[in-house]
Amino acid sequence: MSSRRFTPKVVTANRLREGDVVYLTADDRWSPFHHEAELIEDEAHGQLRLLHAAGQKLVVVGAYLADAKAGPNGPEPTHFREVFRTRGPSNYHHGKQADYAG
Amino acid sequence: MYSYSDFDEAFVRSRVAQFTHQVERRLDGSLTEDEFRPLRLMNGLYLQLHAYMLRVAIPYGTLNPRQMRQLALIAETWDKGYGHFTTRQNIQFNWPKLPDVPAILSALADVEMHAIQTSGNTVRNVTADHFAGAAADEVEDPRPYAELLRQWSTDHPEFQFLPRKFKIAITGAAQDRAVTAAHDIGLRIVRNAAGEVGFQVLVGGGLGRTPMIGMVVRDFLPVEDLLPYVEAVLSVYNTLGRRDNKYKARIKITLHETGRDEITRMIEARFAELRPLFGGNDQRLLADIRQAFAPPAFRNAPTDAYEAFRKADPVFRAWADTNLTAHKNDQYAIVTISVKEHGRTPGDATAEQMRVMADLAERYGHGDIRISHEQNVILPHVHKSDLPALHAVLLKAGLGTANVGLISDIIACPGMDYCALATARSIPVAEEIALRFKELDLEHEVGPMKIKISGCINACGHHHVGHIGILGLDRAGVENYQITLGGDGTETAAIGEKMGPGFAYDQVVPAIERLVRAYLDLRAEPAETFLMAVRRLGLDPFKAALYETEGAQDAA
Repeated sequence: MSSRRFTPKVVTANRLREGDVVYLTADDRWSPFHHEAELIEDEAHGQLRLLHAAGQKLVVVGAYLADAKAGPNGPEPTHFREVFRTRGPSNYHHGKQADYAG
Repeated sequence: MYSYSDFDEAFVRSRVAQFTHQVERRLDGSLTEDEFRPLRLMNGLYLQLHAYMLRVAIPYGTLNPRQMRQLALIAETWDKGYGHFTTRQNIQFNWPKLPDVPAILSALADVEMHAIQTSGNTVRNVTADHFAGAAADEVEDPRPYAELLRQWSTDHPEFQFLPRKFKIAITGAAQDRAVTAAHDIGLRIVRNAAGEVGFQVLVGGGLGRTPMIGMVVRDFLPVEDLLPYVEAVLSVYNTLGRRDNKYKARIKITLHETGRDEITRMIEARFAELRPLFGGNDQRLLADIRQAFAPPAFRNAPTDAYEAFRKADPVFRAWADTNLTAHKNDQYAIVTISVKEHGRTPGDATAEQMRVMADLAERYGHGDIRISHEQNVILPHVHKSDLPALHAVLLKAGLGTANVGLISDIIACPGMDYCALATARSIPVAEEIALRFKELDLEHEVGPMKIKISGCINACGHHHVGHIGILGLDRAGVENYQITLGGDGTETAAIGEKMGPGFAYDQVVPAIERLVRAYLDLRAEPAETFLMAVRRLGLDPFKAALYETEGAQDAA
């Protein structure tokens, strides 16, 4: 196994107007759900998808590639920072965990 | 307190109008994010983990009731019904939406507030002793000087693009409650042998990744030299400070790279050039500002009822023992309202709580409110006879916690629950420590204890100057907490010393408990505080306690 194997990624950003965390889907939507993101398994494709995101200046801010892995319901975050971004703060029931509850 | 002049009003309104257009141009695509970002930061607007965050300046931590009510209104109208008081005496709103920010700034301007210079490489909000004008140990009220510095530094054309941000703190009391030694410039009001008032000036203090205690560069600076001297310091820093590496850009690094003698010589040379240019207008302005900070008309009334209530009601007595501080008028007390209810976010107040505090300030506190860097709210002037009634209202509002200065009165930055720079969470760690010591019913026995928690190396939570400091880091993708001991943010300032390996998230509370139990065993007498015990005994016995049971637990 090569030590330089590409770690799968998702493209994530914040919405320009609301600041909400969103993920780029394979069909070019911005979803609030990490599991709907396109899981990118090729570095060159990742760069293309990031360019596509960076071009949407009136929709999102600060797009970047975040490490992810495949899960039963779609991509899952691997780092705790990205886990927090999928749900919101731990001190209040605010953010996604409240906005999309149930 | 100070009221805006026509000039201040016009300036703030024009900035709101400018930013309103800038937001419109960002939303219609005329401005790119790269173009807009520095503009929004100049107006205190950050993009954080889950949302935008607006940081509003509370100059030297002073508010009037009308302003506090407006903050409540903003929290309810455009945010999620609360605000977060910060370690720089400011308030942050965690959930504003970009199109609403112009309306928020306009609402702030309606009560003489703004978010200017709460970000960026400028002179930030000048912070001051939160007991200013009330403390029994005060030489002079520092707020007129803080206001003079605020006016001088706001939109100062020479200092809008400094190498890095620049923080000034000022205290007028012997007991340093403003952490002056950990600021780029720390000012301490002192008297010289002739009895004249002036400043001891410290330069080059700061926390962050390279924590340093400021160096005294002037033992006595006459009052009339304040602005030219501070301008000289900034001018030298602006020239010498590094712009090639943001981690080496603060004046503390400039000072160490240049050497204290050389930088002092340069400051004095620049001061000699600048001093003649200040023709006395600054002193006339200062005289006007002083009028705005005249003491309130103190009431003269008996305090017997307070004494009787204190004896009769143990809940009130416990609160009075921890949350009151001696006032210069002995019929009065300084009230610290704890915004640290056990298990709640340090420094967060709901809109309803803000209104309660505004009402109490109006009814019992001569209309004066302060925000402390320790994330509590102060009513600096309350007549002792009003304290029982005030306490009853606070209790009902969830603001009656009797824990000021104790182990649950924790400073914590927003950490990874909000902050885009954070490497770990800090709020839930604070919540859990507070809950644990409440459960153990130990905090009053432990006595004075300052725990300070930062969620990254930038040290907004002042962990370096905590008696116990906790720094949250990302170690190989897992939250890990490093502990420091023996820090002190007062006039005997010291940077805490790092202990050994850090602790996992769920091991922090047990680690703190071991430290505290060790202290209770080791202290010579109850009057010996944790910090005194650390200084007397050294770190070794505490280090042993911190790590002793770790191996046993792992083996179990």
